[in-house]
Parts: sequence; structure tokens; C-alpha cells
Amino acid sequence: MQSLTWRQRLSRLDVKLSPYLYISPFFLLFFVVGLFPLLYTAWVSLHDWHLIGGQGEMIGFANYVAVFDQPNFYRALRNTFSIFILSSVPQIIAAILIAYFLDTNLRAKTFWRMGVLLPYVVAPVAVSMIFSKIFADQSGAANALLAMFGADPIGWHADPFWAHVAIATMVNFRWTGYNALIFLAAMQAIPREVYEAAIVDGARRWRTFFSVTVPMLKPTIIFVVITSTIGGLQIFDEPRMFDTMGTGGADKQWLTLTMYIYELGWGAQKSFGRAAAVSWILFAIIVVIGAINFFITRRIASSGGKGDL
Amino acid sequence: MSRMSGPMAQQLVGKGAARAIHRRERQSFGVNKRPSWTTYAVLVAVLLVSIYPIYFTVLLASSDAATIARNPIPSLVPGPNFFDNVSRVLGSDIKFWTALANSTIVAVVTSVSVVFFATLAGFAFSKLRFRGRNGLLVFVIATMAVPTQLGVVPLFILMSELGWVGKLQAVIVPGMVTAFGVFWMTQYLRDALPFELIEAARVDGASMIRTFWSVALPAAKPAAAMLALFTFVGSWTNFFWPFIILGSANPTLPVALQLLQASYFKDYSLIMAGVVVATLPLIAVFVVAGRQLVAGIMQGAVKG
Repeated sequence: MQSLTWRQRLSRLDVKLSPYLYISPFFLLFFVVGLFPLLYTAWVSLHDWHLIGGQGEMIGFANYVAVFDQPNFYRALRNTFSIFILSSVPQIIAAILIAYFLDTNLRAKTFWRMGVLLPYVVAPVAVSMIFSKIFADQSGAANALLAMFGADPIGWHADPFWAHVAIATMVNFRWTGYNALIFLAAMQAIPREVYEAAIVDGARRWRTFFSVTVPMLKPTIIFVVITSTIGGLQIFDEPRMFDTMGTGGADKQWLTLTMYIYELGWGAQKSFGRAAAVSWILFAIIVVIGAINFFITRRIASSGGKGDL
Repeated sequence: MSRMSGPMAQQLVGKGAARAIHRRERQSFGVNKRPSWTTYAVLVAVLLVSIYPIYFTVLLASSDAATIARNPIPSLVPGPNFFDNVSRVLGSDIKFWTALANSTIVAVVTSVSVVFFATLAGFAFSKLRFRGRNGLLVFVIATMAVPTQLGVVPLFILMSELGWVGKLQAVIVPGMVTAFGVFWMTQYLRDALPFELIEAARVDGASMIRTFWSVALPAAKPAAAMLALFTFVGSWTNFFWPFIILGSANPTLPVALQLLQASYFKDYSLIMAGVVVATLPLIAVFVVAGRQLVAGIMQGAVKG
């Protein structure tokens, strides 16, 4: 083989190394600000670690024991799941229904689609400020509306359940339209012939919806459920801004796990060790739920549902 | 075949006939029929729900504290105090001008950076051959499911070590490239960038980076614009991390809103004026580019 000129050699090196160079920024950043901090959280959680004082002694699982001993932890756990269920289930149902109405031969299609997406550009912090006024216990629009129908006012802040409903409403306000567009795209990917066959068979509109549309949407529903689980269990902005104090209410009625992490680390205790312990617990919860999702998905997929990914 | 298909009619008897046949097909099959008024009624109701809270904000922002206290449900006509309230917010001891500038800087720099690095990686993943390519791409996709927000404690420690607490780079740098962006650009370039173009550039003696710059980047434009939009919105509305790391001296808009709520919680006209100031720029973006956002979500759903 003839020896290559330096220019050819350089060109070969260029071809060989460039791909790695181009993908390296993502990996570098992910390892430094994503993966490393997440794993290092486990290390911090085993130490007596103060916000200002810094790293102290290794204390084993004492932070976990301390956290499991605090009633606020269980309240945060309950609130997080309650808000998550109240925001994901109605949201997905509403999004599918809205998508179904959008998936018709509408006039001014883009107008309607943009209309449902509008809330997405309002920051969660702003959404929360708007809705905490609407859901104010004394002077809120929601209770005034109830009074017009002769109903008793609701303690939107005082009562844990209704506080969760109010916070879930904020999440639903911002995300329902977004998810409706995802479902709309999936509906449009359903071959028209399937519908036509159903119509020829004499199926009515709602029967077509339940026996054709919804089953064909299964992979998309799973996708939306998984993404909303990962985000929903880390909810912070909306409950943080639900009142002016930001501590989750007098009885911690709407304290969530991520708010609790903040409170432990940057609130009165300034205990990074305990904040890290709760982070790691929440991480474990998300992993477990992710695994459950995965197995259910596999089950559904292997049971032969059509249109699965 | 007893009936002419649309395209066939167009060939044989012209456009008018094709249209008529198309119309007949629509009616006979019901799938492409114009929807009934109930569909529009439902969608109008949905639209009212998505618009009213925003309009409610404008109503309160143009009112005054006493009127708001009297009327839990505001009258549908805006009050006269909007500009007055906005100037009070901008003149308050919360640094709203700083916040506006900070949010703009963070959103613009993050969007440009995400688009650049994601397109670079997407180019490599979709068009270049290298060892471990598929495995690495799967890894990138898998990282989207990692809740990195939970690494907040060590990230804070890291930023303290760097002396970045309270500084904008603490918010910008962690968001400079995202897994979603890499995945998005990879998917797009796979179809949109023909291998022939790359080969042509290579034959002309262009280096890899030159090929990227003159061939891949221009081809990536439509998807890059959408990615920039989503990154901009995400950055503008981001709260948790800026709230922890920035503090009141150097806030972004969501952080400024939190400060506003904490210090002026009795005067809703002022608070809602702040919400309008923080939200209006994105509404403006939405009016101009909302169409692209809609298209982006729908494309992402089909491919993702």
C-alpha cells in the first residue's frame, strides 16, 4: 500500500473522529449535570450534610430513618399521588375527547388547534397565580359561581381533597390541549378505510369511537401516561405558588415531595442530607412505577393489540 | 368500475367534475363530511375554558384592589388601570426589568445552543457511520426518562463550587443541549437530508464540519425552527431550578412572579399585571408561530 499523504490521513481522521466529536456535547453535559448529580444524591443522602456547613460525617441511613419518622413525608407522598391521579386521568380522557372532535372535517382547522394549545404558553407559575385567585376560599370566582347556583362554598385551600382538585385543574388547564394534539395526530394516522369499514358495517359514531378509535390509540395513550408520570410525580411549581407562603398550607394539605425536598434542603432545616434522601426515595418511586408501566405495556403488546409500536 | 375515481375524473373531464365527484364521495362515506353544529359547540366551550383564565388575568390587571375585592367574578369589560398597574409592577422593588432581560437572554442562548448541538449530534446519528452508533442513540433516548431534577442537591453543590450561585450561567449551561433535541433532529435529518448531498460535498473536498455547515444545517431548518420554539417556551416558563439557584437579586420572570406574589399578595391588580408582563411575550410568540408549535407537537407524536 502506498503511503498516504498527510492530507489524506487528516481526512481519514476527520471521518473517524468527527461523529464522536459531534455527539460528545450531549454526553458530556448529561454526565456532568444530569447523571452524576443524580447518582451523587445517594452519596449525599448517607451524610450529615448542611447547606452552608457542607459535608459532615457519614451517618449511614440516619437521614432516611429521620425522614420516615416525619408525618410531613407521608403527607407529601399522599398529596403527590392524589394530585397526580386527579391531573392525569381526567386529563387523558378529556384530551382524547377533544382530539376526537378536532379529528373532523372542520372549517379553520388551525384556528381550533391553536386555540386548545394556547394555555401551554402560560408558565405554570403564572397559571398557579391565576387559579389560586379563582379558587380563593373567600373571594374566589369559583365559590362565587357556586353561590349563584345556591351551593355552599368549598374550602379550596382548607380542605386537602379540594386543594388537590384545584392544583390538578391548573395542570389540566396547561396540558390537556397539548395532549389533545398528540392524540389528534395519532387519530389521523389511523387509516380511513378502518373507519369506512365500520361505517359500512352500520356502526354509529360513538360505537366507532369506542371500538375503533380508542383501541388504535393504545400506544399513544401509553406514551402520554409514561411522560406524564415522570413529570407529574415531580410536581413543584403549581403547589408552590398555590398560596403566598409556599409551604404547602397550614396542615401541609398540598405539600408535594419535590416541595418537601426544597423545604428540607433550603428551608429551615438546611439539611442537604435529608433533601437528598427524599430525592432518592422519589427516584426509586418513579423507577418502580416506570417498571410497572413497562410490564403492563408489554402485556398489552403481547396480547396482540393491533397498531402497537 | 362503475364510478370514476377523483384523480381519474380530473384527467378525463377536468377539475369541476373531479370536485363534484369528490364532494359526492365525502357525503356518501361520512368520514369527510362537514361536522355538525354540536362539534363546533363543544369546541367553542373548550376554547372558552382555555381563553377565559387568560382574559380573567387581563381583567384583574386592568382593575384595582378595591373593585377586585368587591367582585369575585370580574365584569367582562376591562378597567382603566392596565398601564398604571403595569408601570407600578415595573417600578416596584422587584427587579422586573432585570427579570425580563434575564429571561430573554436565557431563552435565546439556550434555544440557539440546543439547536446547534442537537443538529450536530442529529447529523452524526442519522448520516455518519461510526462504531456504537445505535447503542449510543438508544442511550440518548433512554435518558429522556431520567428524572434529572432529582439531582438538584448535588447540582447546587457543584454550582457553589464553581461560584455560579445567583448567576445566569447556572441556568443556561445545564440546558445547553437536550436528549429530546438530539432525538428530534436525528429523526428529522434521517428523512430530510439525502446521502447524495453529503457525498457531493465530500467529493468536492469539504471537511466534515464544512459538510455539516453547508449541507446539514440548511436542510435541518424547518425542524430546527420548531425545536428552537419548544426550547424557548420551556426555558421561559422554567421555575424550579432558577428559583433555587438565582434568588431575588438576579431573577428570571417566573422567579420575579414568585417574589411579587410573596410581597404584594393583597393587591391582585398588581400581581395580575405582573402575570401579564411575564406572559405577553410568549403570547406574542404564539400568535406569530403557534402554527409551528401545533405542527411540531403533531409530528413529534407520530414519530415519537
